[in-house]
Amino acid sequence: MSDGLLIVGEVVDGALHPTVRQLVNAAGKIGEEASLCLAVDGAFDDGALDGVGVANVILLEHPEAASDGVGGVYSLLTDLVCEAVERLSPNVVLVAKTDAGSVISARVAARFGAGLASDSIDLALNAEGKVAVTRPVHGGSALAVYEFAGDGLQVVSVRPGAFEAVESSSVMPDVERIDASSVNANGAAPVLVETVVEESEGIPLEQADIVVSGGRGLGGAEPFDNLRELCGLLDAALGASRAACDAGWIDHSHQVGLTGKSISPTTYITVGISGASQHMAGCSSARNIVAIDKDPEANIFSHARYGVVGDWAKVLPAFTAAVAELD
Amino acid sequence: MKIAVCAKQVPDTDIPPSQFKVDETDLRVIPPAGVPPIVNGFDMNAVEAALRLRDAGVDVEIVIFSVGTGFALDVMKKPLAIGADRLVLVDDEASESLDALNTAKVLAAAIERDGCADLVLAGRQASDWDQGHVPIMLSELMRAPLVTLVRDLKLGLDGDSFEIERVSEGGFQRINCPKPAVMTVTNELGEARYANLRGIMAASRKRPETITLGDLGLSDLTQNGAIAMTRLFVPMSESNVEIVEGEDDADSGRLLALRLREAKLI
Repeated sequence: MSDGLLIVGEVVDGALHPTVRQLVNAAGKIGEEASLCLAVDGAFDDGALDGVGVANVILLEHPEAASDGVGGVYSLLTDLVCEAVERLSPNVVLVAKTDAGSVISARVAARFGAGLASDSIDLALNAEGKVAVTRPVHGGSALAVYEFAGDGLQVVSVRPGAFEAVESSSVMPDVERIDASSVNANGAAPVLVETVVEESEGIPLEQADIVVSGGRGLGGAEPFDNLRELCGLLDAALGASRAACDAGWIDHSHQVGLTGKSISPTTYITVGISGASQHMAGCSSARNIVAIDKDPEANIFSHARYGVVGDWAKVLPAFTAAVAELD
Repeated sequence: MKIAVCAKQVPDTDIPPSQFKVDETDLRVIPPAGVPPIVNGFDMNAVEAALRLRDAGVDVEIVIFSVGTGFALDVMKKPLAIGADRLVLVDDEASESLDALNTAKVLAAAIERDGCADLVLAGRQASDWDQGHVPIMLSELMRAPLVTLVRDLKLGLDGDSFEIERVSEGGFQRINCPKPAVMTVTNELGEARYANLRGIMAASRKRPETITLGDLGLSDLTQNGAIAMTRLFVPMSESNVEIVEGEDDADSGRLLALRLREAKLI
């Protein structure tokens, strides 16, 4: 029967990644007793675990644990998680679908021959006591439910932000430190030469209260200057559809969508964006969508709160001028 | 140097959401009539990555591997039309029910049967089920290093390793990776080039090598039963859009600004 649930958490610069508390909340949906495992180096301070909301925490100590982000390989982290799975033999392994989690979950599932459900936005237990996950498929055009069966390990990754963070708990967890320094990543490994942070222009998309995005309908790079002007007036961040980025009209750091950034502004103004489901997957948390597009049948209008059907080249200058005149 | 590129046939992602239909009983997507499938866009980015190595002067043989059934040959030949050398199709009805791990096993066997590759490339995920499991699992099965989300790929000066840029949160990472390796490619690398007439003609004369799971000694490979889709549906969405309409487009723009201010949205 039940051997419980193992949450695989990430530690960034000595602090818990925001998804850890989301995973604790998600684990509650499955109802099994949850333990949290973290790969850490010796410098990790238990204080970071205050109020995390699980009864048991397993710290897998390895001197290289904090630096194993190289190349999206996460070999050492995978080995450490496998070590934790061996020790605890859980029914369910729960991971966030971050860069690291995407890789670790698939590698762990392959190693144990386990079933894997990724990018879950909802979790439940089915009548047989197995995990049932709901996840968007086909770029968000449809939802699918996957159910585990059999006695094997169930590996589940959860979409970041799909679950609220668990409220802080006053219960202090039992913390067990395991010396995992003998765990060694196998085989030839890529070498990280450097990590380059690219300063994106303007306000960060993820934090903006207003976002203005342009798409394929703009037809070129120059119209993005019109959007930049509008962004300046509204203190808005500048976004774009994947089509506009792939066409080279604007840098990929502005891409909103399934494989780009996820945004949650109060007001999301789209210009020349048809609203393909892959784009909508990145703005499903926007509270009010305002669409300007020439095609009245465009999908964006079925998600929008306000819209103008018309030629952006005529609508946008008048809109921008009117915005400039508002108080 | 031999490069294997894994490519999947998927429904066209440009199908408008209003025409996107699923069969909730058979748990499959019903493509609208007359809309042919495509090669998964991210896989075409992977083909482009391989072609750029050739452009840079590396002597490469590019072999496309695909697992599925009901292949549209003219679609699957698209990588050949832009410069890939050969196409290997694992065409088997049983492949419909394979999960990611078993699909990875089939690809690993097909690539090995063809005589081991120095580099295996695949798109970061397929646009149908959006999982991205197969290439990662392939790296586990092949015990080869893995680099995900590649946006730039060059052969190192030693000729035995790759110099890579991969997309990371808020920027990118420069990576050196020994070969053989498995990599996933993201759209930031750039779109696949267009086919010219000569390429299309050459591709039309090439015949894919078609094999079955039996040819790979994997006819017993059925779904391992660990996980199965039990429901597929299109979520209901109710439109409540207020279309702002003025005397002309410019007037609509002006009125929109006033309406948004009234609603305290700007």
